Amino acid sequence: MSERIMRMALPLIVFACVLAVWEAVVQIGEIPAYLLPGPVLIARTLVADGPLLLASLWVTLFTAFQGFLLAAAWGTLLAILFNQSRLIEYSFYPYAVILQVTPIVAIAPLLLIYLPQHLAVLTCAWIVAFFPVLANTTLGLNSVDHNLLALFQLYKANRWQVLWQLKLPSALPQMLAGLRIAGGLSLIGAVVAEIAAGSAGAGSGLAYRIAESGYRLNIPRMFAALLLLSVAGVAIFFVLTALSHLALRRWHESAIAREI
Amino acid sequence: MDQSSPSHGSPVVSLRGVSKSYATGVQALVDFDLVVRAGEFVSFLGPSGCGKSTALRIVAGLSAATAGRVEWPNGEAPIGFVFQDPTLMPWATVEKNVALPLTLSGRDDSTAVADVLQHVGLHDFASSYPRELSGGMKMRASIARALVTGPDLLLMDEPFAALDEITRFKLNNELLGLWHESKRTVVFVTHSVFESVFLSQRIVVMTPRPGRVFTEIAIPAAYPRDENFRTSVEYADFCSQVGKALRAAIGEAG
Repeated sequence: MSERIMRMALPLIVFACVLAVWEAVVQIGEIPAYLLPGPVLIARTLVADGPLLLASLWVTLFTAFQGFLLAAAWGTLLAILFNQSRLIEYSFYPYAVILQVTPIVAIAPLLLIYLPQHLAVLTCAWIVAFFPVLANTTLGLNSVDHNLLALFQLYKANRWQVLWQLKLPSALPQMLAGLRIAGGLSLIGAVVAEIAAGSAGAGSGLAYRIAESGYRLNIPRMFAALLLLSVAGVAIFFVLTALSHLALRRWHESAIAREI
Repeated sequence: MDQSSPSHGSPVVSLRGVSKSYATGVQALVDFDLVVRAGEFVSFLGPSGCGKSTALRIVAGLSAATAGRVEWPNGEAPIGFVFQDPTLMPWATVEKNVALPLTLSGRDDSTAVADVLQHVGLHDFASSYPRELSGGMKMRASIARALVTGPDLLLMDEPFAALDEITRFKLNNELLGLWHESKRTVVFVTHSVFESVFLSQRIVVMTPRPGRVFTEIAIPAAYPRDENFRTSVEYADFCSQVGKALRAAIGEAG
């Protein structure tokens, strides 16, 4: 069997075995669904509650996506500003770090006081996703080949040309790595904020469904919603990985298969 | 112009008592005097860290002298610079890399790019990416980029040091061909006695840190120089003369 097929098949086989054992334990031990639902029941719940859960998933994904876009735009823009001016970097970088190290779970309830709920959730998604974009892009912009920089200087390139034709393309691999991390984080940020908002009363995102199902001891629906969230996270990761691969495939080592 | 007698050309650039010391206290260059004349091929020869690259960067304006002056009697000449590494943009095709000096000055001259690519034998690789090229081909692209603006003065900083000997010999021959037909001035930095003798009309032997001119040696062998020259007694004699001077330069500094 080729290694490629094995890499696809083995995790699936493990997954199937785990599901089988899980179902067997639930059936044989007659464990009630409010303690641990079996995979079959979860699948049935997923189908039955499908429209409701998908609508909620859409709300959460849309917020995460908006947060991601804001984080990508602001992270890149701020990194460029930091790169162009030491003064701006020294003035603002510490605050970006503070925003990053303060746990989002702790910020969310505060934001919910001052902002309308949708905006608070969006802000959370943005805050969490923003820093990896900023940090990676800054690193990329500062890692330009010194000789290439000297070459641009020799041909009297202006600041704008150095930025567009040298620094940004050269920072692209790091930028994309930052975006890949930010994609997953924006979903986490949105979920955390929704859970915090859920305990405050209102909401319709998927995380809110999880919290709500928890209160009502509707454990199968909790599992079904959790499953959807995982799938969404994995999908975001794959989309961003594919985009990154497309952008780098002709020239960057990370996107080129090693020839042995 | 008779290429075997370099002293006839008019001065292109002169370094007068140029010194360079870094913030770390390292003295790279002390009281460096040199006149580069139009159309000549001159090499800086010295051990690693003797400040020969620093001297070249000061001529290019990439580094500032801490003392002394760089004079351009006929105004600053257009420069082409070739680094030790090919220093190509990995995200751009060979063609885009070579066109860079033109692009940066807002010119779009695809004939000039095609011409220079033809000249260095890369016309079939215009749309390749640097990673798809061999080391020698990357260096050719780098040289093509330096030549695309038709500079009067070509500065080369150990361009072939990282290449294997067969490729190096080949590029040495090609470089002499390019120089011979264009009559432009070349300043070439190297730590190889053999390379400097093969290429140059004049060799500036430098002492190790701090770098000074130890002596200048003329290589009055006729051009074109080819593989026969490489194996001639004349070549061996020049190499031994230059080698002795280099050892003396290193010995003097301790």
